[in-house]
Amino acid sequence: MSIEDKRPSEPPGGKRHPNTCPSCSSHYRDDELEVAYRVCPQCSFHFPMGARARVAHLADPGSFSEEAAGVRSEDPLGFFDLRPYTERLVEAEQSTGLGEAMLIGAAAIGGHACQLAVMDFAFMGGSMGSAVGEKFSRACDSAIDRGVPLVSIAASGGARMQEGILSLMQMPKTVCAVEDLHDARIAFISVLANPTTGGLLASFASLGDVLLAEPGALMSFAGPRVVQQTTREKLPDDFGRAEPNLRFGHIDAIVPRPELPATLARLLGFLSDGA
Amino acid sequence: MAREAELRLRERLSKLRQMRLLGRTGLSAELERLQRQLDLIAAETSDEEVWRSVELARHEERPYTLDYVERLFEDFFELHGDRTRADDAAVVTGLGRLDGQTVAFIGQQKGRDLKERAHRNFGMAFPEGYRKAIRVMELADRLGFPLLTLVDTPGAYPGVAAEQHGQGGAIARSQATMARLGVATVACVIGEGGSGGAIALALADRVLMQENAIYSVISPEGCATILWRDIGEARKAAAAFRPDAAHSLELGVIDAIVPEPPGGVQTDHDEAARLLAESVRESFEELEGIPGDELRRRRRAKFRALGVFA
Repeated sequence: MSIEDKRPSEPPGGKRHPNTCPSCSSHYRDDELEVAYRVCPQCSFHFPMGARARVAHLADPGSFSEEAAGVRSEDPLGFFDLRPYTERLVEAEQSTGLGEAMLIGAAAIGGHACQLAVMDFAFMGGSMGSAVGEKFSRACDSAIDRGVPLVSIAASGGARMQEGILSLMQMPKTVCAVEDLHDARIAFISVLANPTTGGLLASFASLGDVLLAEPGALMSFAGPRVVQQTTREKLPDDFGRAEPNLRFGHIDAIVPRPELPATLARLLGFLSDGA
Repeated sequence: MAREAELRLRERLSKLRQMRLLGRTGLSAELERLQRQLDLIAAETSDEEVWRSVELARHEERPYTLDYVERLFEDFFELHGDRTRADDAAVVTGLGRLDGQTVAFIGQQKGRDLKERAHRNFGMAFPEGYRKAIRVMELADRLGFPLLTLVDTPGAYPGVAAEQHGQGGAIARSQATMARLGVATVACVIGEGGSGGAIALALADRVLMQENAIYSVISPEGCATILWRDIGEARKAAAAFRPDAAHSLELGVIDAIVPEPPGGVQTDHDEAARLLAESVRESFEELEGIPGDELRRRRRAKFRALGVFA
């Protein structure tokens, strides 16, 4: 028996509505998605979740206190592709209400004090430039100063090309920050949301003591399009997704978003027991 | 930023000039080199010069890692395999003798002819290559050998198997291992310093770059495809993000530029190797006598300070 799927993969004439599920085409009102933590009630597809919504979802009410909120990107190259980089930054700030693609601060999850570093894909694809690198670096220092574990939620396409070589340097920068964290014997839980690719996967996001991923999250170094173009290989349907990565031994667990706060609380319980 | 780099160079230059008064030999070449670096910074590189660097960095006659290995070391013993799965020919590792001293070595190797290019996968490493590198870094740390890495790759290999074997994690861990080493480390970009595949081997105490090498977050072609949606705009992309050595020095991303023979390294491999050896030797001398903990602290502080933000 074969059941053919005749639905077009891309709706004709433009982009899909952000509240339409790309997996099963169900459509929701904002408030319906909100109560379901932006997970499709039909098929469990995980919609993107903004950084502030993440914090509200994960942190105990009233426990989050933001740090380094004033850190902003600069334009070291005077970069101009189709539009000036500075214009893209202003637009991203207006549309997300965030100063950068990462939000950091002190928090508690299920009563366990921790440091949070949460990324927002809506801010220029969550790309990592100097400001994101600096914020992550400061989150590590905060965790060391307060002696609490660090929890990061990655959602990023990789390095921010508009900052050229300096964006590449955020990889060693964040890696060095994690090494300082390791030396201080502070635990680090890294959660990979969709997508965590390129320079993010190849730096701090892969260096957690425990690695978790959301179901279906793309977590590959090279994106599927690049791999397809370079190698002309036939890609598996689940190329680079969390599920094969679990099978191949690259992550510890896949955690559906509604279970994430409880899972993190449990893990923080284990990890805060060390000498 | 340019001023800062300029000031640093001027300071070193004046220090060396004073030393000359004390009658130390072999300094005039160093003085000449620093003066040349100053000139490079002072003269803003033009868009044509940037593109020339891109072309020279990929020149077919450019010396590759093994060309330097054979000229740099009195003796070299190659180490093979990541001890887990495979031996990646895109990454050459081994033990070399430099001025009678053992040096651990890691370098990315492109191929000269078609057959070797296929064998070396065009210098694009699989995770196995980075794991082999990690293994040799750890060996260096254990036995107290200084580490030299040569970077020359268009990027880490983007393929299905590479992803299945954990490309992202391998690159992250290679950097993490370099951040932990308690021995002196010197990295030099000798051709293409392509993105994550390059930085995996370049988290070093001293990062050098040859005059016509390039170091970038993405290839000009890749950048053009993504930002301009047209691969033909590669020149424009290169001019916008400036992957040339002078720019990297200006930003503090590298510590020094290794001069090339007139016209580029491809014109004279022996002279290119001599100039490279000179810079490498000088870098190791600068690091001599610094305790491991201090090396590690300074190395991390250096990389943690990189970036421009408000």
